[in-house]
Amino acid sequence: MTNNYVGQRVKRTEDPRLIKGLAHYVDDISLPGTLHVAFVRSYFAHAKINGIDTSAAESAPGVVAVYTGKEVADKIGPVPCAGALPDLKVPDHRVLATNKVYFVGHPVAVVVATDRYTARDAADLIIVDYEELPVVTDVEQAAAGGPVIHDAFSDNIAYRLTSGEGDIDAAFSAADRTVKQRILHKRLAPIAMEPRGVLARYFPGEEELTLWSSTQIPHLMRTQVALMIGMPENKLRVITPEVGGGFGSKLNVYAEEALLGWISMQLGKPVKWIETRRENIQATIHGRGQVGDIEVAFKNDGTLTGLRYSVFADLGAYHQLLTPAIPTLTGLMLSGAYKIPAIQMNITACFTNKMATDAYRGAGRPEATYVVERALDLMAAELGMDAAEVRRKNFPAPNEFPFHTATGLDYDSGDYEAALNKAQQIAGYAELREKQRKARDEGRLIGIGISTYVEICALGPSQAMPAGGWESATVRIEPTGKVTILTGASPHGQGQETSFAQIAADELGVHINDITVIHGDTGVVQYGIGTFGSRATAVGGTAVFVAIQKLKEKAHKIATHILKADASRVAFEGGKFSRQAAAASAAGTSEPVVPVGQAPAGALPDPDTEGKSSLTLQEIALEAHIAKNLPPDTEPGLSATYFFEPKNFTFPFGTHIAVVEVDRETGDIDFLRYIAVDDCGRVINPMLVDGQVHGGIVQSIGQAMYEEVVYDEQGQLITGTLMDYAVPRASHIPDFELDRTETPSPVNPLGVKGVGEAGTIGATPAIVGAIVDALAPFGVRHLDMPIKPENVWRIINGH
Amino acid sequence: MKKAINLSVNGVSHTDEVEPRMLLVHYLRDVLDLTGTHVGCETSLCGACTVMLDGQAVKSCTVFAVQADGSQVTTIEGFAKNGELHPVQEGFWEKHGLQCGYCTPGMIVTAAQLLDRNAAPSREEICHGLEGNLCRCTGYQHIIEAVQYAAKKAGQS
Repeated sequence: MTNNYVGQRVKRTEDPRLIKGLAHYVDDISLPGTLHVAFVRSYFAHAKINGIDTSAAESAPGVVAVYTGKEVADKIGPVPCAGALPDLKVPDHRVLATNKVYFVGHPVAVVVATDRYTARDAADLIIVDYEELPVVTDVEQAAAGGPVIHDAFSDNIAYRLTSGEGDIDAAFSAADRTVKQRILHKRLAPIAMEPRGVLARYFPGEEELTLWSSTQIPHLMRTQVALMIGMPENKLRVITPEVGGGFGSKLNVYAEEALLGWISMQLGKPVKWIETRRENIQATIHGRGQVGDIEVAFKNDGTLTGLRYSVFADLGAYHQLLTPAIPTLTGLMLSGAYKIPAIQMNITACFTNKMATDAYRGAGRPEATYVVERALDLMAAELGMDAAEVRRKNFPAPNEFPFHTATGLDYDSGDYEAALNKAQQIAGYAELREKQRKARDEGRLIGIGISTYVEICALGPSQAMPAGGWESATVRIEPTGKVTILTGASPHGQGQETSFAQIAADELGVHINDITVIHGDTGVVQYGIGTFGSRATAVGGTAVFVAIQKLKEKAHKIATHILKADASRVAFEGGKFSRQAAAASAAGTSEPVVPVGQAPAGALPDPDTEGKSSLTLQEIALEAHIAKNLPPDTEPGLSATYFFEPKNFTFPFGTHIAVVEVDRETGDIDFLRYIAVDDCGRVINPMLVDGQVHGGIVQSIGQAMYEEVVYDEQGQLITGTLMDYAVPRASHIPDFELDRTETPSPVNPLGVKGVGEAGTIGATPAIVGAIVDALAPFGVRHLDMPIKPENVWRIINGH
Repeated sequence: MKKAINLSVNGVSHTDEVEPRMLLVHYLRDVLDLTGTHVGCETSLCGACTVMLDGQAVKSCTVFAVQADGSQVTTIEGFAKNGELHPVQEGFWEKHGLQCGYCTPGMIVTAAQLLDRNAAPSREEICHGLEGNLCRCTGYQHIIEAVQYAAKKAGQS
């Protein structure tokens, strides 16, 4: 019997501990004698530090130590940036501010005390003498010569980059028509429900340091923190216990992680810091933060001929790990799901007196999809074409894959029209349009928005990544037959303890409950890259799959030896290696069957396996460990490790259709329908895929209708709590109608593409498109996100 | 300065001396080591810290431990009885109502109270009942289905 877990709605093996409240996130781990850390953070966006008085804090009862930026500046190396771009300006980013502060939330000093209340009290006793400096928060102002933030540079421009292929000027001069739109992508806060946190414990005898950290990248963090604090990498162990969401915000190496490790080394005690939500919105990376002009050239029949996007990217005061690279991902995806012969992207990336932007779910790609889809809507309005038809007109056909774009990518596989057709069919598109017309006649404002997106996932080939785009897996069969998988991916809600076990259970023919997936411990797991960029299943899952094939080759060799059969006559099925009957073969020869019980010279007969015609994987694992009856030159043990290097990215796609109704009286926006047809290649667990899609769409609803990080002109963070930063709640969501098409990826043997970011990439254009469409009778062609009832009400009421 | 409090948590009686400013959530987590109750915002906006206090779902990040003196508290650790999951816990597992799991204990406590008050809630009533609890992973759809599952299950038993 062969298992059939892949493709099934298998309940998660992670869940029992989580629903019982028995899982352990960083703050749930207590070590005896742990000291607690609180930060003093700047409340100015730009200021010179003239002095810091720590005396009152130092003499407060329960305070163990206080450190300021100057004390640690030459002890801990800079916060790392992995983005490598030509002529990139990289400010010296110390773990604590030294002479100046550059954004609200910038850490200035740190207090270590016996408990978190005492640490917080003492932090408030520290007096920092600030001298305010001119502030620049607007990215275009920063580019145009506003106050220069970093003394080391002559201006605020971190880099400029032009990319793309094709003759863009010719495309625009030869076009029948063009449309152009300025588009804002406001800053967003990722808001993982578990804030960041670190527990550091130094073992003075062993000279080893362990960091428990809420991160998506345990191994990369180990390397970077080791370099920052000057510790041998093999003496540092990073453990990610349960991680309460990331969305890119924990795809980073932050000042606090290195600092906590260093403090633990100084004091010889465990030290813990758990980020407050206020700190989280101030000093954990933000996403998006672009303003740009999108311009498309096209023929009167709706054929696209060129696209240009000139954008200012708001990087914030410093680079975090991938800050400068994010806008370049926007450039890669500007062809969308369309054939566009000429594309040009011009990036001007600037420093501002704000927290750094970096990867937030989608990381540069939602911006691309959004501007392209908005442009297609504008084009449809210009031509009087239906929004679906203008898209359909420009799709590459399924037989045009691999499809080369003018942004330099080769899309792996796709059938974009199939997804559009399916979504239109589910929506009853023609009837919906008819319903919209009738509603308009009655004075009701119904809008339909369509997004036919493509995204880039499974990041990625190492050539295209800052440092390694592969993923690793070890698959081990223990002497008792239990299966252990060590993955270099670092799941934090995606459910890969289950989906990887599904893959392995099918390949090994074992029960899924006999498999344990271990991740997130650099002391146990071979080096891995981590979980981000919708890569874990496509790259990490493939590593598991290939490692299993290697393991089975070895098991086959052992089985052949023990069964004393010809290798070609031993087949693996249903978790067993069986000697096949010597059927009359095509060649007409039949080989002599080795008499049962006749051992080869020198081999010890094994009473347990002697005389069998088949061996389970468990029996072979035991033989491999006992190692008394192995083929010559065979390593004992039964495990295999594989590092999978993908040859290309994968390109999932789909169609989202949003239907909204706008209330004339209040400007309130109501979802009538939401249809999503996504194609993420082969599906391992449809339930998990649906969950990823739902979550992503709701983050898009947040971006489209509620969320924005707001700084005022002085750089004060106005949206500093969850009261002001509006994350969608249960009452804000429609009843989603999901479906799929399934176009396998040729990039990996599983055929999977990735789905973690589909919702944040595909949904915003559909939602905004629907709201704009509802307001079309008022001459509206575009609105910037977040679109709030107030904006809508003003349009309807002419204010 | 410390005050003595006596309260019952998940059916077990506890007497402790606590600072008057100690939050109930820190008492549960740091003193009793019941770490299933999480802190997500410290301002009662996210609901991750929700526990039952004398039969009412409350946000334990904005209740002082001394306010719970003499009370009955049920945390997520007290929901499964004799190894049997509470129907809401079962619903969350069955319907994939959780991803990272951080908001989950608070969601389950809130959902249980919702069903205590309304055994057969409509979708709209469920959404309204869960408005005080934030989830950033699931998009709520599967949470709503989990509550519907629990309502149906409880109705059958």
